[in-house]
Amino acid sequence: MLAIARRIGLYVLTAWVAITVNFVLPHLMPGNPIDQLVGKLTGRVTPQIVHAIELQFGVGLHQGLVAQYVRYWEQLFHGNLGTSITLSAPVSTVLGQTVPWTIGLIGISTIVSFVLGTIVGTLLGWRRGTVLDAVLPISTFFQAVPYFFFGTVLLLVFGSHLGWFPILGAYSPNVTVGWHWAFVASVLRYGQLPALTVVLSSIAGWIMGMRNMMVTTVGEDFVLMAVAKGLPKRKVIAYAARNAVLPSIANISLALGLLVSGALLVELVFNYPGVGDLLLQAVENEDYPLLQGIFLVITFTVLAANLIADVIYLALDPRIRGEA
Amino acid sequence: MSAITETTARQEGPLPETPETPALAREDTARRHRALVLPRSPKVILGVVIVGIFVILMVVGPWVAPYSPSSTQFAASLHPSAAHWLGTTVLGQDIFSQLLVGARATLIVGFVAGLIATVLSTVIGVTAGYIGGPTDDGLSLVSNVFLAIPGLPLLIVVESYLPAHDQSNSFIIGAVIALTGWAWGARVLRALTMSLRNRDFVEAARIIGERRARIIFSEVVPNLLAVLASSFLFTMLYCIGAYVALAYIGVTSTAVWNWGTMLYWAQANNAALANQWWWFVPPGICIALVGMGLALLNFGIDEFINPRLRAAGLTRKVVRRSRLSNRPRLGLTPVLGRPA
Repeated sequence: MLAIARRIGLYVLTAWVAITVNFVLPHLMPGNPIDQLVGKLTGRVTPQIVHAIELQFGVGLHQGLVAQYVRYWEQLFHGNLGTSITLSAPVSTVLGQTVPWTIGLIGISTIVSFVLGTIVGTLLGWRRGTVLDAVLPISTFFQAVPYFFFGTVLLLVFGSHLGWFPILGAYSPNVTVGWHWAFVASVLRYGQLPALTVVLSSIAGWIMGMRNMMVTTVGEDFVLMAVAKGLPKRKVIAYAARNAVLPSIANISLALGLLVSGALLVELVFNYPGVGDLLLQAVENEDYPLLQGIFLVITFTVLAANLIADVIYLALDPRIRGEA
Repeated sequence: MSAITETTARQEGPLPETPETPALAREDTARRHRALVLPRSPKVILGVVIVGIFVILMVVGPWVAPYSPSSTQFAASLHPSAAHWLGTTVLGQDIFSQLLVGARATLIVGFVAGLIATVLSTVIGVTAGYIGGPTDDGLSLVSNVFLAIPGLPLLIVVESYLPAHDQSNSFIIGAVIALTGWAWGARVLRALTMSLRNRDFVEAARIIGERRARIIFSEVVPNLLAVLASSFLFTMLYCIGAYVALAYIGVTSTAVWNWGTMLYWAQANNAALANQWWWFVPPGICIALVGMGLALLNFGIDEFINPRLRAAGLTRKVVRRSRLSNRPRLGLTPVLGRPA
């Protein structure tokens, strides 16, 4: 439990850093942050917006920095992330509508990618030195392809050319939104291509990691022992894989940040109504409150997912429970 | 490859413990040296070739580009042809020229960012690993925090706050990217330094009374060079990806030509739906090829560090000649005798 407590401590600290960075950044800009923003937003400034920005930064600028910081925290505890400049709605409301899409898409494709990649990696590691090793250079290519570019290519080939998948959006415009089968089916159908993109772009990392660990594990004495005992091959592989998979699981929390970053841009390619799409709007319109809100929400989500991965890892590997 | 060569030289250098006759020893070293300098694995050779080509492209790209990348003098949306190898954009810009010019910014930012990040991770990782104690706790905490924060969203927020003239400055952008990219390397280097710290030769240097900085730089770091090189390649790969992603989403200046801005304009003009593959496919392929080249080079380093991964070193010919089964057997790392 000490280990978990330490991890939680780390994530709380990380969250604090993220929040503080969010607070400090506008103040690092030369001059008064509000003037800066108002200057950048020429022509679109109404008193409400100025007020929104003030709230965002915890400002009345008549207060000192510390007082502003305290106020910023107060706002945050009330779930107030400021008001989006372009959408004129509270950032928290806007995010509440988009985050579930992103979590659904990225969460499911991450799990699929991890499971598939681990299985393929196991087999590759077992049969090292055979033709299957040719998969390695190919997988490096896929690993290096930017997610969004890969998405664009899949969109062009399977979406517009072959017409196998619907393109753009998360569900058919003809179904009404709600918890009924037609809508769910439509969502599943529309999610296939974006999910496929994320899976194919991220799977190479899991394959490589698992393959290399498997190669090392297969050389261990206990595997030799299992073979010598005459266990069926399937059992030996499973036996070795169970031990080789641990570093992969430990790596989930490291890979997640990278994976989420890539997957957000995939949403953009497919006009998927998630956080990634929102991010683009925020960048295009220099909607700073929205941008910062997105940053915080993504960070918190990734931290929570990291924690889950850590708990699983601890449950599977008793060796690290004692230490930290 | 020079990093690998250098490591080899330094690692093999100070280990003449066997009392052989000088001539024999020299011959032996020379043979060993040659064997390690020349990459044998086809993967690594491919990596060297790919990276080499792109480095040349980075240097000469803007000079050999046939047209100005921004000039809109041509007909719009031309298919690839002899005059325009990769066709033109909807604005009538020559895509081949954009690709050539864009190579420089893309690779320079990746290189600069990778370099800064590697220096940061070496300083922080090696210091933490060597000194240990509260210093280690503090530095490790910092790197763990940086590892946990998702990089791209942070980069987008930071970059979008940069003043407009900095958003087109390769070095500033590279430095910012480096800030999010050093933590992984630092963690790896810290772990390795900790294992080196108590080795006999470091202990010996400490007993002689060498200064700490000298021990770190002349005893510890040379033994980390292979890992450093590998960490640099991976970091550079990450940095190129981050830069391209930032350019694609439009945070960096869209007036600077790099492969990311090409994709930004292609996406903004719906090139994929308009079936203009010649617009967005070339930059994407180039990014992937550079990444592939760097990753393949890394294979070479990995196999150098961990010989168990080196199955590919046994070519089919060697295997047949030494009458080893092609099928790897469990638990047996095949050992080949020197051909008599």
